[in-house]
Amino acid sequence: MSHEHAHDIKQATRKYIYVFLALLLGTVITVIASYIPFGSHALNIAVALFIASCKAFLVAAYFMHLISEKRMIYGLVAATGFFFLGLVLLIVFSDADQLMSRP
Amino acid sequence: MSSAAMEIPYSVEPRPDTGLYNGKVGIWLFLASEVMLFGALFSSYIMLRVGSDAWPVHMLNVPIGTLNTTVLITSSITVVLAWAALKLKEFNKFRLYMGLTVVLALTFAIIKSFEYRSKFVHYAVEYTHNGQVIEATGHIEGSPWNWSLKTLQNPDHPIESIVFHPDAAGHGHPGEGATIHAGEHEAVTIATKDIHKLESFGPWHHTYLAIYFTLTGLHALHVLGGAAVLAWFWITGPAMWRTDPERLTNRVEVTGLFWHFVDLVWIFLFPVLYLL
Amino acid sequence: MGKPIANRPFGDGLMSHAAATVASATGSEGNDAHHDSGFWRKYIFSTDHKVIGIQYGLTSLTFLLLGFLLMTLMRWQLAYPGEPIPLLGPVLEKVLGQGMAFKGIMSPDLYNSFGAMHGTIMVFLAIVPLAFGAFGNYVVPLQIGAPDMAFPRLNMASYWVYFMGGVIMLVSFFIPGGAAKSGWTSYSPLATIADMGHRVDGQTLWLIGMVLLITSSLLGSVNFIATIIQLRAPGMTWMRMPFFVWAQLVTAFLLLLAFPPLEAAGLMQLMDNLFDTSFFLPTGLVVSGNPLAVSGGGSPLLWQHLFWFLAHPEVYVLILPAMGIVAEVIANNTRKPLFGYKSLVYSAMAIGFLSFIVWAHHMYLTGMGTKISTFFQTTTMMISIPSVIIVTTLFISLWGGSIRFTTPMLFALAFLPMFGIGGLTGLPLGFNATDIQLHDTYYVIGHFHYVVAPGTIFAIFAGIYYWFPKITGRHMSEFWGKVHFALSFVFMNLVFAPMFLQGLEGMHRRMYDGGATYAAAGGIEGLSQFALKLNVSISHAAWLLGWAQVPFIINLFWSIWKGRKVESDNPWEATTLEWATPTPPPHGNFASPPTAHRGPYEYSQSPAPNGFTPQNEPA
Repeated sequence: MSHEHAHDIKQATRKYIYVFLALLLGTVITVIASYIPFGSHALNIAVALFIASCKAFLVAAYFMHLISEKRMIYGLVAATGFFFLGLVLLIVFSDADQLMSRP
Repeated sequence: MSSAAMEIPYSVEPRPDTGLYNGKVGIWLFLASEVMLFGALFSSYIMLRVGSDAWPVHMLNVPIGTLNTTVLITSSITVVLAWAALKLKEFNKFRLYMGLTVVLALTFAIIKSFEYRSKFVHYAVEYTHNGQVIEATGHIEGSPWNWSLKTLQNPDHPIESIVFHPDAAGHGHPGEGATIHAGEHEAVTIATKDIHKLESFGPWHHTYLAIYFTLTGLHALHVLGGAAVLAWFWITGPAMWRTDPERLTNRVEVTGLFWHFVDLVWIFLFPVLYLL
Repeated sequence: MGKPIANRPFGDGLMSHAAATVASATGSEGNDAHHDSGFWRKYIFSTDHKVIGIQYGLTSLTFLLLGFLLMTLMRWQLAYPGEPIPLLGPVLEKVLGQGMAFKGIMSPDLYNSFGAMHGTIMVFLAIVPLAFGAFGNYVVPLQIGAPDMAFPRLNMASYWVYFMGGVIMLVSFFIPGGAAKSGWTSYSPLATIADMGHRVDGQTLWLIGMVLLITSSLLGSVNFIATIIQLRAPGMTWMRMPFFVWAQLVTAFLLLLAFPPLEAAGLMQLMDNLFDTSFFLPTGLVVSGNPLAVSGGGSPLLWQHLFWFLAHPEVYVLILPAMGIVAEVIANNTRKPLFGYKSLVYSAMAIGFLSFIVWAHHMYLTGMGTKISTFFQTTTMMISIPSVIIVTTLFISLWGGSIRFTTPMLFALAFLPMFGIGGLTGLPLGFNATDIQLHDTYYVIGHFHYVVAPGTIFAIFAGIYYWFPKITGRHMSEFWGKVHFALSFVFMNLVFAPMFLQGLEGMHRRMYDGGATYAAAGGIEGLSQFALKLNVSISHAAWLLGWAQVPFIINLFWSIWKGRKVESDNPWEATTLEWATPTPPPHGNFASPPTAHRGPYEYSQSPAPNGFTPQNEPA
C-alpha cells in the first residue's frame, strides 16, 4: 500500500468508516445475543464467537490491509493460523478422554 | 568502512521482489508471535473452563465492558485515519487523529483500572451464624481494598467486626455454593472470630478470575505500550515529518498494525470474559 | 532500548557521541554506525551484528562452562553419595550456606537445584545463544551478503535482554532457599510448592529469567527472519542460500511461534507463585499433610502441554543450526558440492513444520487420552524421516570427496554418527509401549545428550574452529585442536554410552544417590551393582572430559593474539559469501555490495577440477 494515489486513500477512508460502523453494530448485537437463551449455552458461545470472528475479519482485512497484502504476509499469516489451531485444538483434544468420562 | 556502506537497505522503500519494507515484515512476524502468546492463553481458558465445576456468566460489568469495547474500536479507526492523513500529506489531521488515539487508549486504561478496583473491594466471606455456616458475597462497609482474614487479625490493628452488605441473590459469585438467605439483603455485622474465610475477588479467588486478570492484564500492558509509542510519534512527528516523511508514514503504519491487533484481541476477550 | 542514553555518564566525549548518535538515529535509523565511536558504543552497546555475535558467543561459552561445572559436582554425588566434595565442597558451604552443603556434602535440595539449573543453563543460556545467537548473528548476514541485520538496535536489545535473563538465573543461586529445584521442565504443581516458605523463591526468579530469555529469543527471531527475507544480496535467490542460512531461518521460525506459549505458561506459573492463583494447581492438593489454601480447579497437564509445545521444537532449535554448521564444514572440506542440497532444505522445512505437532510424546505417561497418544506417536515417527534424510545426505556427501581432515572437519565428521546414535535411540522413546519402560530413566538422559553434547556441541566446536580465521584473522592451532577433538570424542562416549545400560535397568534420572538405595533393595526391582559401578566410571569420564577442554580454552585465547596469521581473506578456499569480506569484516561488512552469481557449493566443478568458484564470481 505504498503507491496509492490520493483518490484511492480517500476511497479507503470511506471504507474505514463503514467498517467502523459495522464493528459498533457487531458489538451491540453480540451483547444483546448473550442475554437471549438459545436453548443451550453452547449455542450462545457459538453465536458470540461467530460475531467476534466476523469483527476480527473486518479489522484484519480492512484496518490491517490484509485484503490486499503481499504474498509473503499471506504465507506468514496462514502458517501462524495453522499452528495456532494446532496449539488450541490438540491441547483440548488431548483432554478429550477425561472430558468425555466426566460425570 | 564509510557509513554510506552501512545504510540498511529497504528500511524505507519496499524491496522489489517481496514488495515490503523491513518494518512491515518485522511487525507481522512480531504479531505472529503475539497470536501464539494469546493463543496459548485462550487454550488455557478453554482447558480451565471445561475442567471447572462452575463458570460464572455475566459476572463482570457488561455496560462498562461494552463502553470500553467501543472506545478501543474507535481508537482503531482514528489510528488508521491518522495514517491515511499522512498519506494525503495532511499533517495537521494526522496530529488530530493521533492525539485522539492516545486519548482513547488512556481512556480505555483508566476505565479498565476502575474495573480492576471493583474486584478488589468485592468479597466472598464464610462465617458461622447461630451455629450455621454461611457463605456470602458482597461489600464491606467503607469499601476497603483487598482485605483478608489476616488483615482483620493483624495484632497491631485488630478489627473486631465488619459490616457486610451482601449482593442481591444471583449476582456475583463464581462457583458453587453462593447461599444467601432470603431477607438478608440488608447489611449484617459479622464478628471477626466467626469468620473462617474472607477473600476479595482477586485472581486467587477462582480460575475464572485468574485467567481474567491474566488475559486483560497482558492486554492492558499492550495498550499502555502501544499508547506510549503512539504518543511518541505524536510528539516527535513534526520534526520527522520535515526530515523524513516517508519513514514517519511507515512507522505510523507499522504501529497502527500493532494497535489494530490489540483491538482484535479485545474483540475476542470481550465476549469470552464478559458475555459467555 | 534506552541503552545508548544509559552510557552517557561515562564521560563528556562519550556523551557527545551518544547524543550525536541518538540525534542521528531519530533522523535515519540505518545510519547509527559511527566508525569513530568510543569504546562503549563499539564493544559493549554495539549494534554491529558481528560484535553482538561475539558477545553472544563469549557469554554463552561462559554459561556452557558453568553448566558443565554444576554437572561435575552432581557427578561426584552420584559416584560417591554422601561424601564431601573435594576442594569445592567447602567453597559451596561458604557461598551457599550450611543448609546447602553441610561440611561440603551436597544436600538433596542443592542436588535438585543443580539438576534444574544444569538443564536450564545448558539449553537456554548456552546452546541456543551459541548456535543461534552467536553463529547466527555473526555468519547469517555475511552469508547472504547483507551489511547488517535488518534491525540493528533490536539486535542489541535482544543480547542485553538475554544477558539480564542470565544474571537473574545466576542470582537465584544466592537467595534464601536457593535456585529452582523442580527440573528444567518445572512441572507444576511441584514447581509451585517446592519452596512454599519463601514468597520470592528460586522458581520465581527462574520464571522471570525465562520470560526475559524468551523475549530475547523472540526479538532475535523477528530480526533473523526479516533479515533473511529482506536483505539478501542481489542474485541471492532462496535456492542459492547456504544451508546454514536455511537452518537458521527454520530455527528462527520455531523460536518465533513455539516460544510464546511458554511465555504465557511462565506468566501463569508466576501468577501461581506470586498471587496464589490456581492455573496449574488441581482441587484438593495436599502438601505435607495439609490441604493447600488455594482455590484449586487448575490443570497440571496444561503446564506440560504449554511447556512441551515449546520444548520439543526447542530440540530442533538445538540441532538445526548444528546441522547447518556441519553442512558448511563438510562441503568445504570434501571439496565437492553437498549431495542433495534441495533435499536438505526441504527436510529442514519438514522438520520445522512437524516439530510443532509432536510435543505430547513427552507426556505418554501423564494419563493423556490414548487416541491422542497414538496421534503423537505417528507424528513422532514421521519427523524421524526428514532427520534421517539430512544425516544420510551429509554422509553421502562424503563419498568421492578428497577429504581434508582439518580440526573443524573432524568435529563435523564425529557429529554424524553421534547424532545418529542420539536420533536412533530416540525411536523407542517415541513409541507409546516402549516409553513406559524407559520414561524418566537414564536412557532418556543418554538419548538427548547424544543429540546435544557430542551432537550439537561438536558442531559448535566445528563452527568455532572453522570461522575463527574470519573473525580474528588468525588460525587456531591445528595440533591442539586435534588433541581437543580426540580426547573429547573418547570421553563424551564414555560418559553417555553407559547411561543407556543404566536406563535399561530402570535407573531413574533424578535419583540423588545415584540409585544406591534402589540397589540395596535388591530383587527384580533393584538395580544391579554393575549399574552403580557405571556411576563411578561415568563420573570419572565426565571430569576427564572437563580437563579435555583445557587445550581448547587455551588455544582459543592464545590464538586470538598469537595464532598463525591467515594468508588470505579465504583461508579455507570456501565458496560462500562470508569469505568474500575483508578479514576481520569491518562495520558494514563488504567493501562493495556483493552479488551472488551461482549456488553456494561450487567445488570441483569444471573448468577447474578440484578448484572452487565463489558465489560472487561472475559467470
